[in-house]
Amino acid sequence: MELFTDYTLRTVTIGAMLLGAISGFLGCFAVLRRQALLGDAMSHAALPGIALAFLLTGQRDPFILFVGAASAALLAALWLLVVVRTARIKDDAALALILAVFFGFGLVLLSYLQRQPNAAQAGLKSFLFGQAAALIERDLWAMLVVGVPALALVLIFWPQVKLVTFDPDFARSIGLPVRGFDVLLTVVIVAAIVIGIQTVGVVLMSAMLVAPAVAARQWTNRLETMVVLAAGFGALAAMAGAWLSTLGEGLATGPLIVLMMSLVTVLSLVFAPGRGLLWRNLRRRQVLQAS
Amino acid sequence: MSPQLEVQLIAVIVATTCTLPGVFLVLRRMAMLSDAISHTVLLGIVLAYLISNSLTSPLLFIGAVAMGVITVWLVELVSGSRLVHEDSAIGLVFPALFALAVLLISRFAGNVHLDTDSVLLGELAFAPFDRIVFFGLDLPRALVGGIGTLILNLTLLLLFYKELKLVTFDPALAATLGFTPTLIHYGLMTSVSLTAVTAFDAVGSVLVVALMIAPPATAYLLTDRLPRMIVLSVAIGIAAALSGYWLARLFDVSIAGTMATMTGVAFLGTFLFAPRRGIVAQVRQQQINRERFALQMLTLHLLNHEGTGNAGVECHPHHLIEELRWPASFAVTIVRRAEQKGLVQRQGELLILTEQGRQFADAAIVA
Repeated sequence: MELFTDYTLRTVTIGAMLLGAISGFLGCFAVLRRQALLGDAMSHAALPGIALAFLLTGQRDPFILFVGAASAALLAALWLLVVVRTARIKDDAALALILAVFFGFGLVLLSYLQRQPNAAQAGLKSFLFGQAAALIERDLWAMLVVGVPALALVLIFWPQVKLVTFDPDFARSIGLPVRGFDVLLTVVIVAAIVIGIQTVGVVLMSAMLVAPAVAARQWTNRLETMVVLAAGFGALAAMAGAWLSTLGEGLATGPLIVLMMSLVTVLSLVFAPGRGLLWRNLRRRQVLQAS
Repeated sequence: MSPQLEVQLIAVIVATTCTLPGVFLVLRRMAMLSDAISHTVLLGIVLAYLISNSLTSPLLFIGAVAMGVITVWLVELVSGSRLVHEDSAIGLVFPALFALAVLLISRFAGNVHLDTDSVLLGELAFAPFDRIVFFGLDLPRALVGGIGTLILNLTLLLLFYKELKLVTFDPALAATLGFTPTLIHYGLMTSVSLTAVTAFDAVGSVLVVALMIAPPATAYLLTDRLPRMIVLSVAIGIAAALSGYWLARLFDVSIAGTMATMTGVAFLGTFLFAPRRGIVAQVRQQQINRERFALQMLTLHLLNHEGTGNAGVECHPHHLIEELRWPASFAVTIVRRAEQKGLVQRQGELLILTEQGRQFADAAIVA
C-alpha cells in the first residue's frame, strides 16, 4: 500500500494512527469518569496557549506549541475545578463558559497574529481543524515524546488508576491520594489533546477521546480489554481516514478520521454482542413472543 | 447610521438575544447543548446549500434551525439507549455532525463564501457590508435577523414565562400539573437553534456559546430571583458586547473574540468579588464566623468560671491558650477584640465579663 511507501503519506498515516491509539487509550478514563466534555473544553482552551507560545517565541516548533497548548489547557482545567468547587455554577455551565471564553481569547490573539508580517502565521489557523497533511517527521517524534510518558504513567499506576476510576470513595477510604490521581489523569488527557491538535484540530479533538472509548466500552466489561480495544479502534479509524483522504480533492483528513471513528462507534452501539441495540431488541421481541 | 454604530447595535442585539435562552440553559444544566447546537447548525446550512445551490435561500435558515433540534434529539436518542452517558453522547454526536459539515464544505463548497473559518470565528466588522432593504430601510442583514430573533425570543419568554419557570425549577411538578416538559424543552431548543443560527453569522459559533452561557452564569452568582437574573444577564451581555467592541477597535483585533473575552472577565470579576457568593466575600464571611465563634467560646468560658473558687486560674489569659487550645497569637487577638467590643474587662491579671459580655454568652447558649 502506498500509505506506507510514499514518504508524506506514511508520515501522515503513522501520525494519525499514533494519535488514534494514544487518545483512544487515554480517552477511556475521560469517558468512564464522565468527563467526556472536559476534553472538549480543554482542547478549545488550548488555542490561546498555542497563539501565545507563537507570539512570544515566533517559532512554530512543535514542542514550544505543545507547552503553550498544555499550559492553557491545564489553566482552564484548574479554573474549572475551582469554579465548580466554590461557586454554585454547575459543571456544564462552567465547561461551556471556560471553553468559549478561552477560545474567544485565542481568536483575539490569532487575529492579532494575522497582522504580523510573519510567514509562519498562516499555519496557525490549521490548529482549528488540524492539518494532517502538514505533519513532518519531527511532529511524530514530538507525539511520541509526549504520548509515551503519558501512557507509561498510567501503566505504572495501573491498579491505583483503575480503583480511582471505578470507586473513588473506596480509594479514598484506603488512603490513596485520589486528588493526586485526578490531577494525573487530567494531565495525561491534556497530553493526548496536545498530540491531536495538529492533526485534527481543537474543535474535533474531543471526538478522538470520546468515540473510541465509547465504542470499546460496548464490547467488554474489563478495563484492560477496553483500553486495548479503544487504542485499536482509534488507530484503525485514523488509518482509514488517512487512506480515504488520499482518494480525492478536498477530502480533509481530520474530519474524515472523526467520521470513521463515529462510524466504528455507531456499529459498536448497534452490533456489539451482549450490549448492542440489535441484540437487545431481538431479546425483547423474543420475550414478548414467549409471553 | 455609521458602520461603527451599526456594528455596536448588532453586537448589543446579538448579546441580548443569546442571553435570553441562555438563562434557561444554565438553570436547566444544559449549557453544553449550546456548544453542540452552535457547531452542528453548520451541517444544516451546508446541506441546505447543496440542495438549493444558493447562499441566500431561506432553506439555509430552516435547515440550520432543524439541524440544531435534530442534534438535541440525537443526543437524547444516544443517551436514552443507556449505553452511553449524556456527556459522552454530546461528545459523540456534535463532532461527528460538525466533521461531516467541514468535509462537505471542503469537498463541494470550497470555492463559495462558505468557509469554515468564518463560520467558526465570525467577523462582526464585515456585518455592515451585507445589507438588505427592509420596509424601505437599508439595513445590515445581521441587524434585521438579530432584531427578528430578539422579538421572537422576547415573545416566547413573555408568553411561556410561567411554564418555563415551572419546568426549570420543578419538572416533576410541571409534569404532574399537566404541562408537557418535552414540549417546553423542544420549544426552548428551537429557540436556542434559531438564536445560534442568527448569531453565529455575526460572531461565530463558539462565541455564541460565550454570549449564551457566560452572562447568565455571572448573573447566577449575583441573585436568587429569576426575573432579576434575566435582567442582569442581559445587562452583562450588553456591557461585554460594548466593551468588547471598543477594546477590539483599540487593539485592532477580532470583535467577537474580545466580546467573548469580556464575558469571561465579567465572570471572573463576579466570581471573585460578588457580594455574597464571591470568593473574597466567602473568605471574609469565614473569618467573621471564626471570630464570632471564638468570642462565644471566650465569654462562655468566663461565664462558667465566674465567681467559682478557681476563677483566679481559669480566667487568666494564659490559661485560655491551654484550655481552648488556641495558638497564643490567636488568643491575644481574640481577647483584644473582646475588650474592644466591651465584652470583657481586665481586672488586674484576670479577665472578667462585662454585663454586655454576659448577655452575649447567654445569647450563644440559647442559640
